[in-house]
Amino acid sequence: MRIAVASGKGGTGKTTVATNLAWVAAAGGRDVAYLDCDVEEPNGHIFLKPAIAEERVIERLIPEVDPDRCTHCGQCGQICQYSAIVCIGRQTLVYPELCHACGGCTLVCPAGAIREVPRPIGLLRLGTSGAVRFGEGVLNVGEHISPPGIRAVKQAAPAADLIILDAPPGTSCPVVESVRGCDLVILVAEPTPFGLYDLKLACEMVRALRLPFAVVINRCDIGDEEVRRYCARNRIEVLAEIPDDRAVAEAYSQGELASLAVPGFGDRVRGVLEKLFSGVAA
Amino acid sequence: MRELVVTSGKGGTGKTSVVASLAALARRAVLADCDVDAADLHLVLEPQIVRRENFVGGSKARIKPGHCTACGKCEELCRFEAIHYDGPGNGRVGKTFRIDTLACEGCGVCAHFCAEDAIEFGPVVCGQWFVSETRFGPMVHAKLGVAAENSGKLVTQIHRVAQQVAVERDRSLVICDGSPGIGCPVIASLTGASLALFVAEPTASGLHDFRRVAELSVQLGVPGVLVVNKADLNAQVTEQLEQEARRCGIAAVGRVPYDPEVTRAQIARQSVVEASRGPAAKAIRAVWAEVEPRLESTSPASAGGLLQLVNR
Repeated sequence: MRIAVASGKGGTGKTTVATNLAWVAAAGGRDVAYLDCDVEEPNGHIFLKPAIAEERVIERLIPEVDPDRCTHCGQCGQICQYSAIVCIGRQTLVYPELCHACGGCTLVCPAGAIREVPRPIGLLRLGTSGAVRFGEGVLNVGEHISPPGIRAVKQAAPAADLIILDAPPGTSCPVVESVRGCDLVILVAEPTPFGLYDLKLACEMVRALRLPFAVVINRCDIGDEEVRRYCARNRIEVLAEIPDDRAVAEAYSQGELASLAVPGFGDRVRGVLEKLFSGVAA
Repeated sequence: MRELVVTSGKGGTGKTSVVASLAALARRAVLADCDVDAADLHLVLEPQIVRRENFVGGSKARIKPGHCTACGKCEELCRFEAIHYDGPGNGRVGKTFRIDTLACEGCGVCAHFCAEDAIEFGPVVCGQWFVSETRFGPMVHAKLGVAAENSGKLVTQIHRVAQQVAVERDRSLVICDGSPGIGCPVIASLTGASLALFVAEPTASGLHDFRRVAELSVQLGVPGVLVVNKADLNAQVTEQLEQEARRCGIAAVGRVPYDPEVTRAQIARQSVVEASRGPAAKAIRAVWAEVEPRLESTSPASAGGLLQLVNR
């Protein structure tokens, strides 16, 4: 089973939910992998403290123009939708950060002057944290486009029975890339006006992708009742409500896993896992 | 004209609450919500929309089932796994190819190389942007379509419109609410800005994420200032954040303590400085007193390199 943990709003507790689910499930004897798909700001490693066994450079293809063969016909610039290759006078320029690696320029070039060459955009790190198999992608600072990094992390997923994917915040392409192909999406929401609005956007997104989803309400006592009402009205399963707890916040601030540092937290997480595996949410 | 971009690296650190308060304190700014993925500023500023425009971010491909001969060339060339052999049949073939619009990256390669001219390829509306009036002045904001792409382009568009509105309305400051992360919408927000205001929380994650976004602002040549939110949660990490900031030439301009009135203000649809005289409100006022004079010595906002590239 592949479960993505996502949220419209940032900072609602995705990583707390994802890392603790992975850890507690593994401690209970399950075969678990945790994948950090928030390649712009990956934080799962802070809590899982994995021993990294393997690092691979994540690459994507960009065009390289052979100036001796280029006739400056401009067809590459015409097919490119991203302004990543342009022909200006006697020069054909490539802007690697804008390239989506579609291959169009190479295919269209009548002079055979363009070939694709790999360019590093980040790092894939694989290892283990206790019994959890760990994977994360780390995008190089200055790179614009994160989905190829996310694809690389997902492709490197070990064949575990339970794969937990920690998604980036938001509702656009990096999140879509992260949750695509999952069996269930857990949306972590905060009971505040911002939390509710962003939860609605996230629900629209997972509905558009036709993915089953359920909600965890984090810091369930800090705001109002609207998130709870919204879930009830729309028959959205609430897997858990986690109360605000200074001890959890402090453990988090120190980079400690709440299920190890805060008594009782692991039991809550086990409750969620039991619901997941009893098929309530699926 | 100056542009102040409030951003954070990590999500949920309090950007929008800070922006709403700065809007109340500045009183002469144009507001821009550049967090187009999860735009929340409107929930506090309650804008009245006066102009509404479609946002055309890019193109998408669509196979005309009547023309497709199921040769499979498009599927072979697509790098984004967006083409599937499960479209409706026609007089010639039992099944045709179909494009998954959400997976389509809008490159147009399939349409260009289709021998039968069976693929339509053209611009699609992937969101809307608005110019509105709020109690603190004009606001430019947007709503990206469900699961849409091109958020960086939409951010660039909001930027440009906000600058135009500032000129028209004779306002000397644009305050941008940025998105989390370090990817394309963040680069689009920071490019050409006069000053970045980083809102960070004193946690291990907050420190890790601040380092990366600070490095990005250094790369882009945008000067920055740091505000630590919920600073009393972990005094040691607060110190580390401020040290890290100084190392990057970023001045620490304030510490906002944890204060439940911040959430209460949000529920009351008010900015913290309107709703409260508590410790968080006091600290945010002090931040503005630090930031406002610094803005004068920064460079005027420019359209920026990304804008030029995107609109070429």
